[in-house]
Amino acid sequence: MRFARQCLTVAAKDLRSELRTKEAINASLSFAVVILLLFSFVFDPTGDTARELSGGLLWLVFAFAGALILNRSFSRELQNDCLDALIASPVPGSALFVGKTAANVLLLLGIEIVCLPVFGVFYNVRWTTRFWPLMLVLALGTWALAVIGTMFSALTVNLRLRELMLPMLVYPMLIPALMSAMRLTTVLISGEPLAGDELIWLRLLVGFDIIFTALAVALVDIVLVG
Amino acid sequence: MSAIAVDDVWKYFGDFPALRQITFSVNPGACIAILGRNGAGKTTLLRILAGLSRPAKGKVTVLGQDARDSATRRHVGVLGHGIAIYDELSALENLVLFGRIFGLKDPRRSAMEWLERTGLAHVRDGLVREFSRGMRQRLAVARAFLHDPEVLLLDEPFTALDDRAIALLQNLLREMLARGRTILMSTHQLREALELATHVGLISRGRLAFHGERPPEMLTDPSWLYRTYGEA
Repeated sequence: MRFARQCLTVAAKDLRSELRTKEAINASLSFAVVILLLFSFVFDPTGDTARELSGGLLWLVFAFAGALILNRSFSRELQNDCLDALIASPVPGSALFVGKTAANVLLLLGIEIVCLPVFGVFYNVRWTTRFWPLMLVLALGTWALAVIGTMFSALTVNLRLRELMLPMLVYPMLIPALMSAMRLTTVLISGEPLAGDELIWLRLLVGFDIIFTALAVALVDIVLVG
Repeated sequence: MSAIAVDDVWKYFGDFPALRQITFSVNPGACIAILGRNGAGKTTLLRILAGLSRPAKGKVTVLGQDARDSATRRHVGVLGHGIAIYDELSALENLVLFGRIFGLKDPRRSAMEWLERTGLAHVRDGLVREFSRGMRQRLAVARAFLHDPEVLLLDEPFTALDDRAIALLQNLLREMLARGRTILMSTHQLREALELATHVGLISRGRLAFHGERPPEMLTDPSWLYRTYGEA
C-alpha cells in the first residue's frame, strides 16, 4: 500500500511538472504530427498501402516522439539536485522508477491518442474497427517503450550526451517489443481479429513487458546509487 | 548506540582514493562539524552518509541501521549543495510533495507550519521559479526540516545564504540540538559552524586527521585545527 502511494506521488509530481511546463509534450506532439503529415505527402498512399504501413509507421513515430518525453524523465530531476533529494528520501528506487514509468506511459498514450485520428484522416484509414484490441496493443507497446526508456533515462542522466545516448541504447533493446506492436497494430488496423499466429506476437509483447519491468525494478537501485 | 557510525570507510573514484580508512562515530544529540580543504572528501563522506553513494569498503550506519535502508532515511534530513526544490511547483506543492514522500500524516498542515516558520506563507502558491534566491534557500531549509529528522546531514549549509537565511538556519539547528537531534555538517565557514559544533572532524586528503570534542583553542582561533592537524 505504501509502495503504491509512493509510486502515485512520484507519478503525480512528474505529470504536474510536465503539464505545467509542457516542455517535452509540446516537442513530442509536434514532432509526431509533423512526421505523420510529411509521410502522407511523400507516399500519397492508397487505403490498402496505408493499412499495410500502419503498424510500422505509427510505432516508429511513437518511438521517436517518445524519446523526447523519456529523455526528460530523469533529467528533469537534475535541476537543483532534486534527484539527490529523492534518492536520499524513504522512497525506494523501485517506487521512483514505477512512478516515473507510469507518468511516462500516460504522457505517451496522450501523444498516441492524438496521433491516431491524424493518421486516420491523412492516410484515409478507418482505424477504429478493432478499437479495444488496438488500445490493448497500444498500452502494452507503450509500457514496453516507457519501461526501457525510463530505465535508460536513469542510466544516462549524468551523461552530457544523454539526448543522443538514450535513443541509441533504447531502440536496439526495444526491437522485439516494437516488432510485436507493429505487427499487431497492422493486423488490427486492417480490421482482422487477433487469432492464430498473431497471438504469439501478443504473448511476446506481454512477456517482454513482464520480464523487463521485473529486471528494471530489480536493478534500478544499482543504477541510481551505484 | 551511536547516531552515526562510520567504520573503516574507503571510497575510490577510479584509482584515486577519495576517502581512506575513515572511522568515527557521533553520539545522539551531538553536532559535529566536518572541516577540510576543497577536495578533501567532505562531500563524498556526506553523500555516503545520506545514502547517495556506497563506500568501496567499510560500513556506515545511521541510527543503527544501514544508511541506504528506507526506514533509516525516513529519520534523516539532508541539505546538500542544491536546494532540491522543483522550480515549476509552488512552495506549498513542493513541501506537500516532500511531506508525502516522507510519509507524514498530514503533509499539508506540516507544509503550512513550515511556510509560516520560514516566512514564506504569503507566497505559498507562488511558483518557486519566481522566488528570489533567499526565498528559495529558506524553502530548501523548510524542506530539509519538514519531517522532523532525528539526524541532519548538512553540506556547506551556510554557503551562499543571505543573513536572514543564516539566522533562520542557526536558530533551527539550535532548536534541533536542544531537542536531542544529531547534526553532521561539512563546512568551510568556521565561525558559523563553531557556534553550534560540540565536536569537530578534520579531513585531510581523504583521511580523518582529527576527530573529537571541539578544541577550546578553536573558539579564539578558528584555523588552529588546520594549522595543528591539517596539511601544511
